[in-house]
Amino acid sequence: MKKDFLLFVAFSLLVMAAPQYFRGGYMMNVLVFVGINTMLAIALNLLLGYAGQISLGHAGFFGLGAYLSGIMTTTFSLNPWVAMPVAAFVVGCLAGLIGFPVLKLKGHYLAMATLGLGIIFFIIFNETYEWTGGPSGLSGIPNLQLGSIVFDSDVKNYYLIWGVTLAVMLFALNLANSRVGRALRAVHDSEVAAQVLGVNARLLKVQIFALSAIICSLAGSLYAHTMTFISPTSFGFNFSIELLTMVVIGGLGSIYGSFLGAALLTLLPEFLRGANDYDIIIYGGLLMVMVMYMPGGLVRGIPALYRKIIKPKGEAGHA
Amino acid sequence: MNIKVMNVIIALVTLLLSTNVFAAAPIKIGALFAVTGPAAFLGEPERNSAEMVVNEINRAGGVKGHKLELVVYDTTGDATKAVQLATKLIKDDKVVAIIGPSTTGETMAVIPVAEKGKVPLISCSAGSKITDPVKNWIFKTAQNDSLAVGRIYEYLQKTKQTKVSILTVSDGFGASGREQLKSQAAKYGITIVSDDTYGPKDTDMTAQLTKIRGSHSQAIICWGTNPGPALVAKNVRQLGIKTPLFMSHGVSSKKFIELAGDAAEGVKLPSGKVVVADLLSGSDKQKKSLLAFVKDYQKHYNTEGDHFGGHAWDAVMLIRNAVDNGAGSAAAIRDQLEKTRGFAGIGGTFNYSTTDHAGLGKDAFVLVEVKNKDWVLVK
Amino acid sequence: MQFDQILQYTLSGLSTGAIYALIGIGFSIIYNATGIINFAQGEFVMLGGLFTLSCLEFLKLPLWAAIPCAITASTVVGILFERLAIRPLRQPTPINLVIITIGGSILIRGLAMLVWGKDTHSVTPFSGDTPIAIGGATILPQHLWILAITLIIIIINKLYFYHTISGKAMRACSYNRRAAGLVGIDVRRMVLFSFIISSAMGAVAGIIIAPLTMTAYDVGVMLGLKGFCAAIIGGMSSGLSTVIGGLILGVLESLGAGLISSGYKDAIAFIILLLILFIRPQGLFGKSDSERV
Repeated sequence: MKKDFLLFVAFSLLVMAAPQYFRGGYMMNVLVFVGINTMLAIALNLLLGYAGQISLGHAGFFGLGAYLSGIMTTTFSLNPWVAMPVAAFVVGCLAGLIGFPVLKLKGHYLAMATLGLGIIFFIIFNETYEWTGGPSGLSGIPNLQLGSIVFDSDVKNYYLIWGVTLAVMLFALNLANSRVGRALRAVHDSEVAAQVLGVNARLLKVQIFALSAIICSLAGSLYAHTMTFISPTSFGFNFSIELLTMVVIGGLGSIYGSFLGAALLTLLPEFLRGANDYDIIIYGGLLMVMVMYMPGGLVRGIPALYRKIIKPKGEAGHA
Repeated sequence: MNIKVMNVIIALVTLLLSTNVFAAAPIKIGALFAVTGPAAFLGEPERNSAEMVVNEINRAGGVKGHKLELVVYDTTGDATKAVQLATKLIKDDKVVAIIGPSTTGETMAVIPVAEKGKVPLISCSAGSKITDPVKNWIFKTAQNDSLAVGRIYEYLQKTKQTKVSILTVSDGFGASGREQLKSQAAKYGITIVSDDTYGPKDTDMTAQLTKIRGSHSQAIICWGTNPGPALVAKNVRQLGIKTPLFMSHGVSSKKFIELAGDAAEGVKLPSGKVVVADLLSGSDKQKKSLLAFVKDYQKHYNTEGDHFGGHAWDAVMLIRNAVDNGAGSAAAIRDQLEKTRGFAGIGGTFNYSTTDHAGLGKDAFVLVEVKNKDWVLVK
Repeated sequence: MQFDQILQYTLSGLSTGAIYALIGIGFSIIYNATGIINFAQGEFVMLGGLFTLSCLEFLKLPLWAAIPCAITASTVVGILFERLAIRPLRQPTPINLVIITIGGSILIRGLAMLVWGKDTHSVTPFSGDTPIAIGGATILPQHLWILAITLIIIIINKLYFYHTISGKAMRACSYNRRAAGLVGIDVRRMVLFSFIISSAMGAVAGIIIAPLTMTAYDVGVMLGLKGFCAAIIGGMSSGLSTVIGGLILGVLESLGAGLISSGYKDAIAFIILLLILFIRPQGLFGKSDSERV
């Protein structure tokens, strides 16, 4: 346990020190998005990696958080700090309600149901234009404000987003090592066996689904308040798939893996920008190669690679 | 990851990002176009046109001794990416002006960035709300869709076809058109008897059109960009609907005629003058620019230039003129842009002022009809 | 008048649904043989259409020759995909397989964008485009082609899976892969077969709809998604129930657009599907079976 704690402290320090390198440049902006995507990937990982339940519609909860927050602060001029928890609460309740029938499904039926949910949310964002502004988007969402500090620059947003992301990470790490985490893994391995041992598998699955949705909603609200503009295209099926890719590429069931996956998939387009129209090919090819050569995800693949290159070090190479 | 590795990576990144190797202080212009993704039909001609005209200006010795340097980024039509890249243009590339983005949604997303960064932005997208209300740093070259709607409604009013059905695509372009179609109807004494939408990736619109057929309207207005409207035209023909069909300026290129084939015959739409450049009378102020643009584009890219590319062409030329008038900094370019009067470009004749950053009048659009696989002017 | 409209909605829905069904069967065949949900299935639809276009326009082949060429070319891509992406996978967990097919679909789409450009292309109909009146509704000759070819493919499928050795072997794999291996079936070969069949079927779907819907490098995404839904409604069967699944989806969409709201038509279709799943968690046609512990 102590080692885990030290690792988290080291990671936090690294995160907090990073702005020193980038000095408010464009990379700061990209890193803000790495933070948001890390939160989302962790949310999905709790569901997929720990409870073993797939979701192809998580972008919907992300969008719901963003839109609820956006509408409450623009149309109803609510304070963003009030809007965010309200949005998270509403999304959590909604996910809980939907969760009961949805999580009864298994395998590809579950995939299909969550995919359908994501698409229904997307259509609602697109069609209820009196509220959401429809496909043209919702603009004029206020920045968050703390006392006299307005979070309107990349550096300020970086600390804000990463502050929340680190909190989410810490929470997820604790959850994974708690009684609930063990129960979840039991459900993952065999639902029936877990039931026999006294775990209320169905309730547990719904709870984790709701929790996952709440984290997505929170990330969505933060996204809305940092971007100050949202439109439905950011919350479509493609983004759900991208989230899934982040979780798998990073490493299923690993919180740091979610960070690695989110960081890789967010930074990759930046490095491929010079490749013009070829970037999409490199991107697709890289995904395939990653799965082929690092089937356990980056979080297991990198240490393995490290050990392969520097053999005699043995245990020293844990990421 | 240890700090040394981190340092190396950062050094590499900085190296990659700083590509400025020109001498004699070039003027750096940023451009955000949706070169790939669903809006590529806008972004690609825009990028091509912008690069073409910048190269030409530089070959002719630049502007006042300064070369122009164009930094183009592909937004893939995604608002989040557009915002990131606008930040990159302002912070890392330190551009003095930004051209684009291609779509209204992206532009709305980027506006706060440009306003905060104090860099003039000339959008290439059509949404009226980009410059209404007027924002200090934001201009646009694409004709407002309100003008296109006005053109159609004027014609319908004249020909006494007052009951119309509208069928719009459910993306930014269609939504904005739908809003204008609804809000301007009363002004022209037009009633909308049926209001439907279709998805940008839909492959069959017969359901919507069957409903429209039952609504006994006197005209159908379809608002979308390729390939949807071509499918609508084909489905209209399949269902044997005889009601006149109108389209938006979103399909005013040869591509639409090619895709819809025979079904395109008789379709009327408002269009920038570029598709009918050779039909314009000699007294038209734009004719010279238009013919030059069409010829150039044909030469460079071996395909017909359309008015989307024209938006980027206009934007580069507007900036060029501003620099020619002595502007060097972002703020000075903004001030010079606002003083632009009577610039005859591709989209129309631009007259910016402190109260108008769209700059175009109703004459920016002409109504054209497809006849024998080509455009003719509707009088 | 009202009846005419309903007839038109139904006919339109059936022809769109037939396409979803063809794509859906492709999904099911691969799923049954390998347990993979092949997210690249839609790309074969795109390839079918675009290869036909190339055969017609650049090789100047007549239509009857262009179609088999396009199917062959798409199938070759399918084989390459299986050989280069699926077979070398070291840990073929279902989720890794999903990601690899997603990567594959992005790659194929990217290559297609380079080869054919970003524009949409039109393909001439097989036998003209003079509308045919049925009652008060109209359809195009191409719709008849679609319905007929779908029917033929179902029949061929049935014959193949129930009356040939390799078809039976493939079914054995779908029931229990290990047991199939134990009785001497070359499971890896069956996996390759499944990719060949489903890429060919995807291509056929792409070819027969291209004249109606036109084609471009990115048409595969949406069609693939709809085909996936059709397959799931049909309980991932490679036969009639997936066809019914596709037809249900097509008709729901069309009726939803015509009678309720065109903006919400996809949402209506999905809400009904969700309700069906909530009532029957084992799928529309599935028998509920107990989980192995």
